[in-house]
Amino acid sequence: MTVTDLVSYEDALATYDPVMGLEVHVELGTKTKMFCGCSTELGAESNSQTCPTCLGLPGALPVVNATGVESAVKIGLALHCEIAEWCRFARKNYFYPDMPKNFQTSQYDEPIAFDGYLDVQLEDGEIFRVEIERAHMEEDTGKSTHVGGATGRIHGASHSLLDYNRAGIPLIEIVTKPIEGAGERAPEVAKAYVAELRELIKALGVSEARMEQGQMRCDVNLSLRPNGTAKFGTRSETKNVNSLRSVERAARFEIQRHAAVLSSGGTIVQETRHFHEDDGSTTSGRVKEEAEDYRYFPEPDLVPVAPSREWVEELRAGLPELPRVRRNRLREEWGVSEHDMQSILNAGAVDPIAATIEAGADAASARKWWMGELSRRANEDGTDLAALPITPAQVARVAELVTAGELNDKLARQVIEGVLNGEGDPDAVVEKRGLKVVSDEGALTAAVDEAIAGNQAIADKIRGGKVAAAGALVGAVMKATRGQADAARVKELILAKLGVEG
Amino acid sequence: MPGITREEVAHLARLARLELKDEELDHFAGQLDDIIGAVARVSEVADQDVPPTSHPLPLTNVMRADEVRPSLSPEQALSGAPAQEQQKFKVPQILGED
Ligand SMILES: [Zn+2]
Repeated sequence: MTVTDLVSYEDALATYDPVMGLEVHVELGTKTKMFCGCSTELGAESNSQTCPTCLGLPGALPVVNATGVESAVKIGLALHCEIAEWCRFARKNYFYPDMPKNFQTSQYDEPIAFDGYLDVQLEDGEIFRVEIERAHMEEDTGKSTHVGGATGRIHGASHSLLDYNRAGIPLIEIVTKPIEGAGERAPEVAKAYVAELRELIKALGVSEARMEQGQMRCDVNLSLRPNGTAKFGTRSETKNVNSLRSVERAARFEIQRHAAVLSSGGTIVQETRHFHEDDGSTTSGRVKEEAEDYRYFPEPDLVPVAPSREWVEELRAGLPELPRVRRNRLREEWGVSEHDMQSILNAGAVDPIAATIEAGADAASARKWWMGELSRRANEDGTDLAALPITPAQVARVAELVTAGELNDKLARQVIEGVLNGEGDPDAVVEKRGLKVVSDEGALTAAVDEAIAGNQAIADKIRGGKVAAAGALVGAVMKATRGQADAARVKELILAKLGVEG
Repeated sequence: MPGITREEVAHLARLARLELKDEELDHFAGQLDDIIGAVARVSEVADQDVPPTSHPLPLTNVMRADEVRPSLSPEQALSGAPAQEQQKFKVPQILGED
């Protein structure tokens, strides 16, 4: 691998203006493949989900998956696209063993959805509109394992092994128009776009869109032009960028690399590039084929898809509330700032908080526990917030116990810890660990008397008007009750005993 | 003017991963040119009132429900493979030219 020269991000942006194009592939969550009835279930043994159609055997005929088409139309509508009245599939011809047919069934100049947009919200609340060129239907490829090379990579491999279980799984490819005017925020826009698209896909219920499992993958096309000029530069295409963070890093790296090449008088080669998760760099892949090399032609084995206007309107009427609209509604209901809502989104806490409120908690408590204690735990464990072994209903119960004065925050944290450790529901943890707030006034009064007797000097200060000193006595009582007292009540009792107004 | 040049045939052969000798290129270029010429005559006959067609039947929206059907067994799927390993299709080195 050759060392790539970079210029600093700031220097790159001082001279050049980035233009991006993002191509996102989404694997649909259908039960069967796009053109045959083979199962799409993950984790099956190699080549156990194939048939003559997806293996490209002679005489086999494809038939389109109705749910695949419906999902494509829903995605198109959610992206404010026009839906084609009539469109065809096309063969994209290429010889590569990941496609046993030697062509991929795709759509060429007649995509099912076109000319839309997606508004994305940046960290500071600014809305950036990303224009959508098209969304079209196609199919996934098989999975290759390269054998004999030192690193399992394709280079140096002596041969490759193919599993065609994935070949033919429905894909929707969503292509943006050139994204201009983002300037230094281009990498942030790229990340926010993919994040918003993922939320949208999940809200539509057409795919789980899990990037770490390859259900959603992004190609980042990027070019630079001198500031103040209109003509696009030559672009590079960084393939299969598989996390939100990587999308941002890949765009940033390519801006710095292009700027280095251009400012030293070089030219950018139009090529595909591979992204490396470990250091955030990209390296040269293959020189890009011309579109004509794919020799697209209309697929003769499939008839056109012509979504009726009635059906399209029916699907439009059934669309769920769009994620950004929903977030703004929730933001107002919860009374949080744009910035806080962005943090909640980034933490993956929107749905857990909403569900906790639905289970009876107030907004402030729900947010406090998910964004505080639980986010911390998720970070420590390196898991998603939603994957923690605690349910919104359980969090709501903890919040309820705090509101009722039966737990204070310190005890509540212990209850949450108990639930996460698998000790049962909050009530069971309270019971087993003996975590009730001491509300027995007699026991509290005794503890207060004891604290005053043991700290006469402090008591005198308080009698003399130094109310702030009461904190030390409250601390003593809390210690004596092993944290199980209501601190506010303890302070009241202390001040009353010492004849001071609180 | 030929419908396809010798260079274009060589390019297509490369895209199809076919290794053609010089005399084969000459041979196929001539043959393909004849075929293209013959097919091109269809365009001469078809006037403005004949739309291009990609399918002989006037059908649209032929779809199937998203219901799983039995697949081949891995043994059946691999039965025609020239080589296999670990229940997978074994293919020669892919990126020899890189
Ligand atoms: Zn199949």
